[in-house]
Amino acid sequence: MSAPPILAVHDLRTSFAVRRAGRKVHVQAVDGVSLTLAAGEVLGIVGESGCGKTTVGRTIMRLAHADSGRVMFDGADVIGARGADLKSLRLGIRMVFQDPYASLNPRRSIGDSVAEAGDINRAFASRGERTRRVAETLAAVGLDPAFATRFPHELSGGQRQRVGIARAILPAPSIVIADEPVSALDVSVQAQVLNLLADLREKLGLSMLFISHDLGVIGHVSDRVAVMYMGRIVETADTRSILEAPMHPYTLALMAAVPKPDPTLRIARALETGEPPSQFGRPVGCAYAPRCPLASDRCRVEAPLLRPLGARMVACHNVGT
Amino acid sequence: MLKVSDLTVSIGPDDAPIDLVSGVSFLIEKGEILGLVGESGCGKSMTSLAVMGLLPRPGPRIRAGRVELDGADVRGLMPWQRVEIGHARVAMIFQEPMTSLNPVLRVGDQIAEAVRVHDRVSGSAALVRARELLEMVRIPDAGMQLSAFPHQLSGGMRQRVMIAVALACRPQVLIADEPTTALDVTVQYQILGLLRELCNALEMAMLFITHDMGVIAQLADRVAVMYAGRIVETAPVRTLFDAPGHPYTRGLMACMPIRGVGQQRLKSIPGQAPQPDGVPVGCKFAPRCSEVRQSCRMASPPRLQVGPGHEALCAFPITDGRPL
Repeated sequence: MSAPPILAVHDLRTSFAVRRAGRKVHVQAVDGVSLTLAAGEVLGIVGESGCGKTTVGRTIMRLAHADSGRVMFDGADVIGARGADLKSLRLGIRMVFQDPYASLNPRRSIGDSVAEAGDINRAFASRGERTRRVAETLAAVGLDPAFATRFPHELSGGQRQRVGIARAILPAPSIVIADEPVSALDVSVQAQVLNLLADLREKLGLSMLFISHDLGVIGHVSDRVAVMYMGRIVETADTRSILEAPMHPYTLALMAAVPKPDPTLRIARALETGEPPSQFGRPVGCAYAPRCPLASDRCRVEAPLLRPLGARMVACHNVGT
Repeated sequence: MLKVSDLTVSIGPDDAPIDLVSGVSFLIEKGEILGLVGESGCGKSMTSLAVMGLLPRPGPRIRAGRVELDGADVRGLMPWQRVEIGHARVAMIFQEPMTSLNPVLRVGDQIAEAVRVHDRVSGSAALVRARELLEMVRIPDAGMQLSAFPHQLSGGMRQRVMIAVALACRPQVLIADEPTTALDVTVQYQILGLLRELCNALEMAMLFITHDMGVIAQLADRVAVMYAGRIVETAPVRTLFDAPGHPYTRGLMACMPIRGVGQQRLKSIPGQAPQPDGVPVGCKFAPRCSEVRQSCRMASPPRLQVGPGHEALCAFPITDGRPL
């Protein structure tokens, strides 16, 4: 990573106040995340539901409010951006959402949905240019340009997700944040969409933050992977190291639980590996300690910091010492 | 234990029915897990609802075929009618436990209710049994959790409660429809292990429905692959993964992102599955098939024996040079 990162996140914290049993409770969804994304790189963020991976993406997009921390996109400050700066920033970083059913307005035509970013920013010089750009963008995601006049209910899930991608790439962004873009799709369609994302990345030189709970998908698309647990990154390394030699006990547990398409690795009996943690109240010390087979007394009092270990970063007292 | 033969489920008028499930047959033995795998809309859930007697009314209906439970034909009977004739020992669990549990009842009472549908016992005896069931599904502090409400439990714990409710009738057959799809992988892993253990310990037959080939590989003993309302291939799990016979099965396996593959392109199956009302003449998979020949588009494919216990609904199954 000699090139300067296109996106640098430093010590990002995001919290929510939620009501629970009539009382206000503070949930620290993102608790000091730092990461960098190099130009043209795909960084995968993986973790269980509630680990804060989606909130990281939403905070970078300014869809969630950061408590503290810094996000630099191409040298410009993201967290403090207002007005026109924020608008242009949102053309440079675009998002693809999980649910292609919920993320498209059912009463707007596909063409209008795709053109939205251009409309808001008055990017089209004429109606003719608008039509042409929409047609080009639809073609780029493998859809017939005639889809522009259709409505979301006429499309299959895979086609809708292609529309979602078309909306993201219309303003020619440098970064796409893809939040579980294929989780709602059938495997055969999932493969088509993953291939499309790979093609677009190559053609448009996109950098991507690819958020998913599925290590199989993450392993396929990412150059580097960050594993999140309870709002913090516990391990980050290049994809091969994470998949083939995970070091953090949590990464190990996650890898072990992925269903592998190999009938010789059968599940024979019930294993107890603990439940994902509640977001309310972080334990003192390492958040993973209550589920961790390696947990020592030190883990229960002192939270481990993310520290370099060879080419990777790990937050665990018990590895590499 | 459970024998389904030639099951056909249709909607629409009798003179022009549209088949959602067409000629599905399978057999599950005691303690065996049959994995039923397919993409959304292929008819796998419809099959399970038909077997269970839970098809929504009005709407789809069983037009032909038999559903035999331990030798007795229960086709078309609703669950409560099965209770009356004493053939109710089939239970079902669903994908989203929160929608199957009553949010305003304590979990202990919900399990006890299921117990008392099947056994004539007192309320307190039913609660004792509810506690045993919670222990059986490995819920920590079972005694305490009896008085919890569903929203106080995590997704994995709720699914365990659903399994406890299902076990209340001491089922001979458990139908599990995508029971782990909404759960995190770490929790899924535990639930799959629990189901395997329960099947072995209680000699329960299980029909496990999923879209995930990885789950199938790790859990099922035998596999049935469904496409467009038909079972296109059945085989023991090892055989299916070592030597898939149907081009669709092979396609499904090729498009899975397997870890460590890196940046290669995934193979995908072109096109999409047909709608039930527009199923093409001849083989339903022909428009997407990589091995398609002219005759595939004309006539329905035969069900060919590819190997021991291994059948494919294909005129030209892939045998990698082995004689048929």
